[in-house]
Amino acid sequence: MRALVIDDSRAIRLILGQVMKKLGFEVVDAGDGQEATEKLTSDGPFDIALVDWNMPVMNGYDFVVNTRKNPKYNDMRLMMVTTETEMAQVVKALEAGANEYVMKPFTKEMIAEKLSLLGLSSE
Amino acid sequence: MSLNPVDFDYISKIVREQSAIVLEKGKEYLVEARLTPLVSSENLESIPELVKKMKSDASGNTITKVVEAMTTNETSFFRDIHPFEVLKNTVIPELIQKREGLKKLNIWCGASSSGQEPYTLAMLIRENFPQLKNWKIDFMASDISTEMQKRCQDGIYSQLEINRGLPAMLMVKYFQRKGAQWQIKPELRQMIDFKIINLSGRWPMMPRLDLVMMRNVLIYFDVPTKKDILKKVRQSMNPDGYVFLGAAETTLNLDDKYERMNFKQSGCYKIKEG
Repeated sequence: MRALVIDDSRAIRLILGQVMKKLGFEVVDAGDGQEATEKLTSDGPFDIALVDWNMPVMNGYDFVVNTRKNPKYNDMRLMMVTTETEMAQVVKALEAGANEYVMKPFTKEMIAEKLSLLGLSSE
Repeated sequence: MSLNPVDFDYISKIVREQSAIVLEKGKEYLVEARLTPLVSSENLESIPELVKKMKSDASGNTITKVVEAMTTNETSFFRDIHPFEVLKNTVIPELIQKREGLKKLNIWCGASSSGQEPYTLAMLIRENFPQLKNWKIDFMASDISTEMQKRCQDGIYSQLEINRGLPAMLMVKYFQRKGAQWQIKPELRQMIDFKIINLSGRWPMMPRLDLVMMRNVLIYFDVPTKKDILKKVRQSMNPDGYVFLGAAETTLNLDDKYERMNFKQSGCYKIKEG
């Protein structure tokens, strides 16, 4: 299974990348939505993208909206992993096509449980 | 499963070194409770065998598993997922079919802790079985702790807890913000009657049960108490009802009147016929 980790924080990309690798994923990362969009083409396909909300150039919400416009990526799960915790933001992300939502800070267990809900369990 | 002082000291030392969690003397029961499922999943016989493996496993994987088992709070929504899939796809549809005439279901979560399990079941029912809205559902959830009963009734969870196993779609539908925390909406809270019951003590009168959730709680008791609890559960049930234990728990050598159902990692049991 392959995962695209999108976050403007290098530290978070590293930590989340390690979590995903431990859960059996091959990981590619990107520092913003624009770079992630390019990597969908150059490095895809991915089973899942883990998407931060607040990033420069293109934020995570816009990445979700744009990605969901392309039927080519219909099967790719999109999971927000963000510090945005307002209910309205969760609803907005789900309506835009995100499949799951994790509020930072996260743990490996949280990520594993959400992946399991999305049918991406490594067990 | 017994824990000798030398093994307890060894486990305490490792856990303290790796997690800073201090297991003082007197916490032997906790070590036994947390490590017994790991002993089973590692296909070992006892905690001393697990300690031997910790010492001999050069990869350090066994130590990691022990530390995780000792430090992880396992409570989460949709915990272990498989039992809830079995409930959704097989058990509840079958019970609905069998109780169609009476339109009545009696459910008991026997160790509700902070409430994630009963609320998960309530959400699962609301989401998948709208026909049950017109049924009489007697849904009881109990814990030994007064504090936990209060927590369950309030249905308030931290952000950390809300992130554990709960599908975002259900969070949006069944929770509301309460300051920095999240509260279950009244319609779901009102489905469940939270009570205090000591499983090893006297049980209150209950209706004949169709579904009992008793997951990951027998591990806390000694063998005679496990036998007593399983017997009392059996006697409280309708003969065609279902019981869920933890995936690593068993009725083997405790009560031969249960039959394990062949559902993936679900710990689902029925009472044997006859």
